[in-house]
Amino acid sequence: MESIILQIAARHMRPLLVVLSLVVLYRGHNEPGGGFIGGLMFGAAYILYAMAFGVNKTQKSLFFNPINLTALGLLVAIISGIPALLVGDNFMTGEWYTFFAQTAFELKLGTPLIFDVGVYFAVAGMLMLVMFSIMEE
Amino acid sequence: MTTGLFLIVLLGVAAVAPFLRKYLKHQAGWVYAIWPFAGFLYYLSLLPAINDGVIITETFTWLPVLGIDFSFYVDGFSVLFSLLVLGIGAFIMVYAGYYMRPYPMKGRFLGYLLLFMTAMQGIVVSGNLITMFVFWELTSISSYLLIGYYHEKPEARASALQALLITGFGGLALLGGFVLLAIPYGSYELSYILSKPEIIQGSNLYLPAFILIAIGAFTKSAQFPFHFWLPGAMTAPSPVSAYLHSATMVKAGVFLLARLNPVLGGTELWSYTLTIVGVTTMFTGAWLSITQVDLKRILAYTTVSALGTLVLLIGTGTEYAINAAIIFLLVHALYKGTLFMMAGNIEKKTGTRDLSQLGGVFKYMPFAAIIMSLALVSMAGVPPMLGFLGKELIYEASVAAPKAYGFILILGFLTNVILVFLSLRLAIGIFWGKEPSYTKTPAEPNLALMLGPFFLVLASFVLGLFPSTMANPLTSKAIMAISPGNDAIILKLWHGFNLVLGLSVLTLLSGYLVFRYQNNIIPAIDRINIKYFRREFTRLFFSMIDSFLILTKLKTKTLQHGYHRFYLMTLFVIASILVWVMIWRADPIILELNFSEMPLNLIAVVVLIIAASLSSVISNSRVIALISMGVIGFGITIIFIAYSGVDLAITMIMVETLMIILAMAVVYHLPKYQNFSSTGARMRDGLVATLVGAFFMVLVIQAGTSDLEAPISEYFKEASYSLAYGRNIVNVILVDFRALDTLGEITVISIAALGIYAMIKLGKKQ
Repeated sequence: MESIILQIAARHMRPLLVVLSLVVLYRGHNEPGGGFIGGLMFGAAYILYAMAFGVNKTQKSLFFNPINLTALGLLVAIISGIPALLVGDNFMTGEWYTFFAQTAFELKLGTPLIFDVGVYFAVAGMLMLVMFSIMEE
Repeated sequence: MTTGLFLIVLLGVAAVAPFLRKYLKHQAGWVYAIWPFAGFLYYLSLLPAINDGVIITETFTWLPVLGIDFSFYVDGFSVLFSLLVLGIGAFIMVYAGYYMRPYPMKGRFLGYLLLFMTAMQGIVVSGNLITMFVFWELTSISSYLLIGYYHEKPEARASALQALLITGFGGLALLGGFVLLAIPYGSYELSYILSKPEIIQGSNLYLPAFILIAIGAFTKSAQFPFHFWLPGAMTAPSPVSAYLHSATMVKAGVFLLARLNPVLGGTELWSYTLTIVGVTTMFTGAWLSITQVDLKRILAYTTVSALGTLVLLIGTGTEYAINAAIIFLLVHALYKGTLFMMAGNIEKKTGTRDLSQLGGVFKYMPFAAIIMSLALVSMAGVPPMLGFLGKELIYEASVAAPKAYGFILILGFLTNVILVFLSLRLAIGIFWGKEPSYTKTPAEPNLALMLGPFFLVLASFVLGLFPSTMANPLTSKAIMAISPGNDAIILKLWHGFNLVLGLSVLTLLSGYLVFRYQNNIIPAIDRINIKYFRREFTRLFFSMIDSFLILTKLKTKTLQHGYHRFYLMTLFVIASILVWVMIWRADPIILELNFSEMPLNLIAVVVLIIAASLSSVISNSRVIALISMGVIGFGITIIFIAYSGVDLAITMIMVETLMIILAMAVVYHLPKYQNFSSTGARMRDGLVATLVGAFFMVLVIQAGTSDLEAPISEYFKEASYSLAYGRNIVNVILVDFRALDTLGEITVISIAALGIYAMIKLGKKQ
């Protein structure tokens, strides 16, 4: 199934969707969004590409392997729980750090965000893993 | 601190041993022996204080809530055992360092041995039942690794597995026994339990606790009918046999029985069980050893016999019996360690350990021959070796025991006759007699191989020669520790002319006679064995394992049938039954349906959803069914948006879209739609679906009307920003408040994805 319209759309949509998924991931803490939805979007971007160009070509264009991405996600999620242990709190307690305090660029970052990144990778990886293996059939 | 610290360092040495072997080369054995030897000296230096009545206790907190701590309790009995474990252990390390040179992975082997040493030393100094159990299991595991060391041989793997299964089964029983024992006390601390035996003796938990603990001890110490794993374990390299299966590990069961003697002992149940099991094991082991020709198997069966003797003595429980038990324990560890190391030496130097292939070795290795003969003299119970004292005490204990124990004296006498015969047979058969042609010329074993045997025999000799000055201080507190109220008997070589001496002389004479006429006696015994003792325990054991495997396969087949629709149905039916029971028990359902506040456009969406549901069920085309499902999904999404569940709505859109894509990718490959299910099956499915759907509906209605106390949503609303700095409550719950749940969920979906991937890829290959 080769559709020029789909292929051109997919080629341009993929980077846009990836950026959008990152936005959704980041804003998830205060507004609708988050790692789970972001991960699904990220995966959907590549699935769209795979529908247009085939799984093989998509996999070649990837610089990572979906299995590794899933594993990385789990790893990041677990690691995000460790800073709490170092401070003396229970595993997975959210720890927050403020950067550029009292300035216009005040930025609050915490371990829950890292955890969300882990969820993002794991969900994206598992989605791509399942979809690619089924679509390859 | 010292006891715990010593164990931790020992464990550390075990951990680094495999890696350091590379740098230490052939000196590894000597280096690894340093720490155990230091421990030996430490416990030796404790002896004067212990003899003054000091008991050392240490506690490291572990799970204080459950009363489980790493605590240590060092009394005279622990010190005696520690000296054996560490002293013999140090010699074994030197021996193994040299012995294992030609084999691969020797570093790892030495590491396993040290790990075992840690575990065994841990058992003997444990002051908490659970601590003891942990070390107990560690001995089983390290012994499994050691027996299976030649893992490329199937019989080594089978023996290792057999030993692990039997001792592991015993270990489970033991844990149960410990827990039951601790219940009336409310504590696992040995010092407390030992001080108040009347608590468990008066409790009705005594019987089950005793049975379980006895199973644990009997399996570990190879008591009848669990005796068969020990000869099987002889497939291990000789250092392992010398250390684990003669001197230390198999004594763990004996140690436990002796340790708990003040608490559990003294009852009729205790003495009957232990004496009957002990005397059976004692005689069975000795009897079966007569017809063996493999040097190590002969020694293994005599070990079984010796363990039976020890259990028998502990069960008898009189002053003489307990004294005899401790002395015999020491005697046996010293001579059996020597004999196994020598068996390894002989195999190494002559290339065989088959008795019929051995003879005339004396002229090649005179020194080794003298050492081994002295150990055999100790085994035969001839003065002046310590073995003589051990045998005298056993006879005295049997003679002094109550009249009903007469048969013990007879069987004990026969066992000793067999031991005398075996000693003569081994000494003369190996070192003198006709010389066969050896494949290589035997030579005297070197220092590393002879150090252990030499010192152990020396100890046996010195202790036997100066019993009251040397052996008594070593053992008296151990005796008092395991049987309070009894005193240590002053040991003497010469008791004067009495019944016991007469028995000793008679034993030696009978043993010699059996040896003199062995060519007639052994074949006769062989015939009896073949005729009456055909049932092999090993075979019985493996057939039991096989039947168990068949049973589990059957169970798996029934429960794991592989039909996805039936898995789902099982899940749904059970879930709906459980929920319906809960609903039926809860408050009456209040149906307050009020559609007046519902906007008209939402009503339209609901109608659409219902219509789509019907169409997905009725339709004859998969694509139409899928599209209908999509309509349902998006309809629900609209409802979420209408009630400002934006997060849910976005997720729902993503999931619905991807679901449809996924389903389409699959549908593409499916065969043409056909209706296979019968009307009955459809009715059944419809019923299940209705049940599940209805309980969800009822649940939702109940949730809306039930007055739950303090809904948690209020807390989340408040804490979301103040504690977690996030305004999106759903997300904050997912990544902060309930992050551990989310971690579990992403782990599950990752595993599921891997499973799907594997299934599809594997299916493709086939």
